[in-house]
Amino acid sequence: MLLIHCPHCQEYRDEEEFSYGGEAHIVRPLEPEALSDEEWGDYLFFRTNSRGIHHEMWYHLVGCRRYFNATRNTVTYEILETYKTGTQPTITGANL
Amino acid sequence: MSLNRLQTHTGTTLDFTFNGKAYQGIAGDTLASALLANGVNVVGRSFKFARPRGIFGHGAEEPNGIIQLGSGAGTVPNLKATQVELYQDLEASSVNGWPSVNYDVMGIIGAFGRLMPPGFYYKTFMYPKKLWMTYERFIRKAAGLGATPVEADPDSYDKLNQHCDVLVVGAGPAGLVAAREAARTGARVIVADEQSEFGGSLLASKQAIDGLQATNWVASLVAELRACNNVQLLPRSTVFGYYDHNFLTILERRTDHLGLTAAQGVRQRMHRVRAAQVVLATGAFERPLVFAHNDIPGVMLASSVSTYVNRYGVAPGNKLVVFTTNDNAYQTALDWHETGRDVVAVIDTRSNPSGDIVAAVKAKGISVIAGHGLIEAQGNQRVKRALIAPINALGTEVTGPVRRLDCDLIACSGGWSPAIHLSSHTGAKPVWDESIVGFRPGESKQQERSAGACRGTFDLIGCLAEGATAGAEAAKMSGYGEGIPQFPCSAVEEFVEQPQQALFLVPHIKSISRAPSQFVDFQLDVSASGIELAVREGFESVEHVKRYTALGFGTDQGKLGNINGMAILANALDQTIAETGTTIFRPSYTPTTFGAIAGRDVTNLFDPERYTAMHRWHVEQGAEFEDVGQWKRPWYFPQNNETMQESVNREGLAVRNTVGILDASTLGKIDIQGPDAAEFITRMYTNSYLKLAPGKCRYGVMLKEDGMIFDDGVCACLGENHYLMFTTTGGAAGVLAWLELWQQTEWPDLQVYFTSVTDHWTTATVTGPNARKVIAKVCSDIELSNEAFSFMDWRDGTVAGVKARIFRISFTGELSYEVNVPAHYGRHVWEALMAAGEEFNITPYGTETMHVLRAEKGFIIVGQDTDGSMTPADMNMDWVVGKNKTFSFVGKRSLYRSDSVRENRKQLVGLKTLQGSDVLPEGAQVVFDAKQKIPMSMQGHVTSSYFSASLGHSIALAVVKGGHSRLGLIVHCPLADGRIIAAEIVSSVFYDPKGERHHV
Ligand SMILES: [Zn+2]
Repeated sequence: MLLIHCPHCQEYRDEEEFSYGGEAHIVRPLEPEALSDEEWGDYLFFRTNSRGIHHEMWYHLVGCRRYFNATRNTVTYEILETYKTGTQPTITGANL
Repeated sequence: MSLNRLQTHTGTTLDFTFNGKAYQGIAGDTLASALLANGVNVVGRSFKFARPRGIFGHGAEEPNGIIQLGSGAGTVPNLKATQVELYQDLEASSVNGWPSVNYDVMGIIGAFGRLMPPGFYYKTFMYPKKLWMTYERFIRKAAGLGATPVEADPDSYDKLNQHCDVLVVGAGPAGLVAAREAARTGARVIVADEQSEFGGSLLASKQAIDGLQATNWVASLVAELRACNNVQLLPRSTVFGYYDHNFLTILERRTDHLGLTAAQGVRQRMHRVRAAQVVLATGAFERPLVFAHNDIPGVMLASSVSTYVNRYGVAPGNKLVVFTTNDNAYQTALDWHETGRDVVAVIDTRSNPSGDIVAAVKAKGISVIAGHGLIEAQGNQRVKRALIAPINALGTEVTGPVRRLDCDLIACSGGWSPAIHLSSHTGAKPVWDESIVGFRPGESKQQERSAGACRGTFDLIGCLAEGATAGAEAAKMSGYGEGIPQFPCSAVEEFVEQPQQALFLVPHIKSISRAPSQFVDFQLDVSASGIELAVREGFESVEHVKRYTALGFGTDQGKLGNINGMAILANALDQTIAETGTTIFRPSYTPTTFGAIAGRDVTNLFDPERYTAMHRWHVEQGAEFEDVGQWKRPWYFPQNNETMQESVNREGLAVRNTVGILDASTLGKIDIQGPDAAEFITRMYTNSYLKLAPGKCRYGVMLKEDGMIFDDGVCACLGENHYLMFTTTGGAAGVLAWLELWQQTEWPDLQVYFTSVTDHWTTATVTGPNARKVIAKVCSDIELSNEAFSFMDWRDGTVAGVKARIFRISFTGELSYEVNVPAHYGRHVWEALMAAGEEFNITPYGTETMHVLRAEKGFIIVGQDTDGSMTPADMNMDWVVGKNKTFSFVGKRSLYRSDSVRENRKQLVGLKTLQGSDVLPEGAQVVFDAKQKIPMSMQGHVTSSYFSASLGHSIALAVVKGGHSRLGLIVHCPLADGRIIAAEIVSSVFYDPKGERHHV
């Protein structure tokens, strides 16, 4: 069970308080109607499925009910940082 | 005094039975030691060949002594006799001994066994599939896997969440000194050990430490630790899983040693521990040697023989032969010699053993036969003799004549395998180390380190030194101390030992395939020839071979057999063990009871139940309930022994003809406020709320971004920048999370706030032609005329003296008033409405009638008529999609994807069975051609189906490919019982198609 630092609560809490929100930093296109089916499909369905560094959303469901992002190593499950929605990660990197 | 009990060992006598026969043991015994003391040779039968098997080990590694404890509600299957502490009146039986472990009729299975080579399951059971049921019943009965109790568990179990700085796993020499070093720093320390007493290997050791006998040294150290209030000692506690971020689970057996069920308190407790740092000091398992018929009762691990002698005062035989590849096992010869019983010889595969213990053995006049292998054990239900022969230096061939040694006990040792299981749980890949002939823990992925035998350090002085360092280091990394051991290193007598020989499979005069079975995995009867056969049949990967042969798949998880199996595989593949691969262990380390995992989360506490404010009233009326999410909702209200259908018919007709009342409190309710509330809501629903005025309601559908319907409900404008959103009962939590997701991550600039108010309000839906008359009797401050208070309006007012919100929305198609009052007034208002409606025969109805009534109107239920792959157009609900909305609401773009506009999508239609009394089963498949051969082309399926009393025939909703353009078509529903029911595709609106009744 992961131990996750909520950047809003400023506390480490057990994974069972959170729910997973999928890949982070996927911005909704401003004009969906201007996109082809293929472009819209990319936004809708395609994810990087990273091996290694991965930026992802978490939701402090039974805590503060705020979304935030985490940089997690998908191989070791190590969480390298968590940061508020709307801010950028400090740890990035090519896939392992 | 029992047959094999040593005179020197005394204690309280305990009575017990095994397979129905009475025996006596001594307090402190395990079931295994007590059985050995009584000379019980056969404790079970092997899974496949039903060969007689005896106790082989003395701990978690035991493959043979698998027993069923007790009977009745508290019975426990699949326990290891070596881990069951004896108590007065203990009852145990073999799990795999049908009909009797001693009765050899199942020895015939030996012949049956010839039919069961490796891959048997794949080759035989899997094809033809039909026969599997036959085989399975026979195999299970013959082999037995233990029986689970059918009654409820009489015991209580607990879960305990714990945090600590240093968790020490294992309280042998390394673990104990690690705990001492960590404890002195002030760190919070937990020490867990699976045995009843701390001390590990020292409990059976005669070595002196700091001038004390080993057991006394342990006792003084444990006393020291017990005195520290920052240390928690957990004996009888198995750390069975090591999960992410240093989360470990411990099974503490609190009363198992006292009786089958706990006389008082909790039987077992699961500790869920988040440890800052972990010290693994889990020791090692001795490795058996693989020789012909090494499974005959009387063949044991050398360390187990020593443990029974030294710790339990049991000598499990008379004439011992020790068979070893290393110096360590010579200690067993010394221990046995001291009992006064006969050591026939020590057989050593090495040509010139000469270490200190070897010399000590020779000094006692014990025969040491070097350069030999014990190639075969002989005997039926007990070892009678050993065949030995000279072997070459590599240990691959017999090089001289075979000799017979009469004996009744063989203690074997092929070296030691570090218990790397927990390290392996973390994902660390074990590394083969030729110098210890074993796997060491791999590079650590978590905040843990291994110390002592589990790290491949087998000498006592090394274990003590490593333990101290590990304890100090773990404490420092958790923020305590300097990281350097503070206690002086203990003084221990040191021995010079010679290197062991890396030998796993002992050669026989016959080839592997012709020799008598040389067992690798006792529990599942995997032999060396089986592994060779797997290689001959083309298997190369260790993972495939394991699955093909079932190596390591028993309840012992290959604790004894895995390394030998890999070595034999490596040899057959002509490669090294390192090249062959590694062995991955996964949780649980040993089997864990469901009781402990469930803890208190059983029966009423399994999942919270939610009740509405009127719940007790429903109970008093004799309602039957159904679960909707966590809610208990009245399903129907039977009267005078009515069947469910009779109740539903009566309730439905009452709504259509006069008036009914429904508890609709469980519908999700979200209060939405903020200057951008209307804009936000409009982005989430398919239709627009920008112009919705206070006092007005609108029905909306919510889509996921892929365009598929995800929830629906009515949203009311309560005032400026203030809305109330109703959701489905089951969707309430998901919708709130969905709104928060979009607001927080996509449009944080929109000022809007959400509050769940589901539990704050109760809702009584009064519906039917007489609904207005009922409301008029309890509400005088709202003008109720259709002109003043129209369909899709809501009003503030007073109902039965309580401030209320009344919504004129309808899920029945009749004139409806949904009366919302603060939850605490729910029952009062409900009863007032019942009293007001009495003259109109107001009828409470449940969810079943609600479903029938809405289906008559063709109203969908999200999650029943939709399944996450339905667009509004599929549901014939294009009217709910705002075509002129400026903002591209969630899911809108997806409605134009080529797949969303594809013809032949499954579309919602009504089905009217040609025989009106036939009610289609929900889930029935729809085909166009009833005569088509199987597999038929399936054209859709029934989503809702009921008998409609108002219409006098059955009605069904279905999704059918291209259904909207197929009205009038006769389709067919082939049922599981062979019937085929014909139905006509009709409009999904069966009742009042013009929608006039709710506008009155
Ligand atoms: Zn939080």
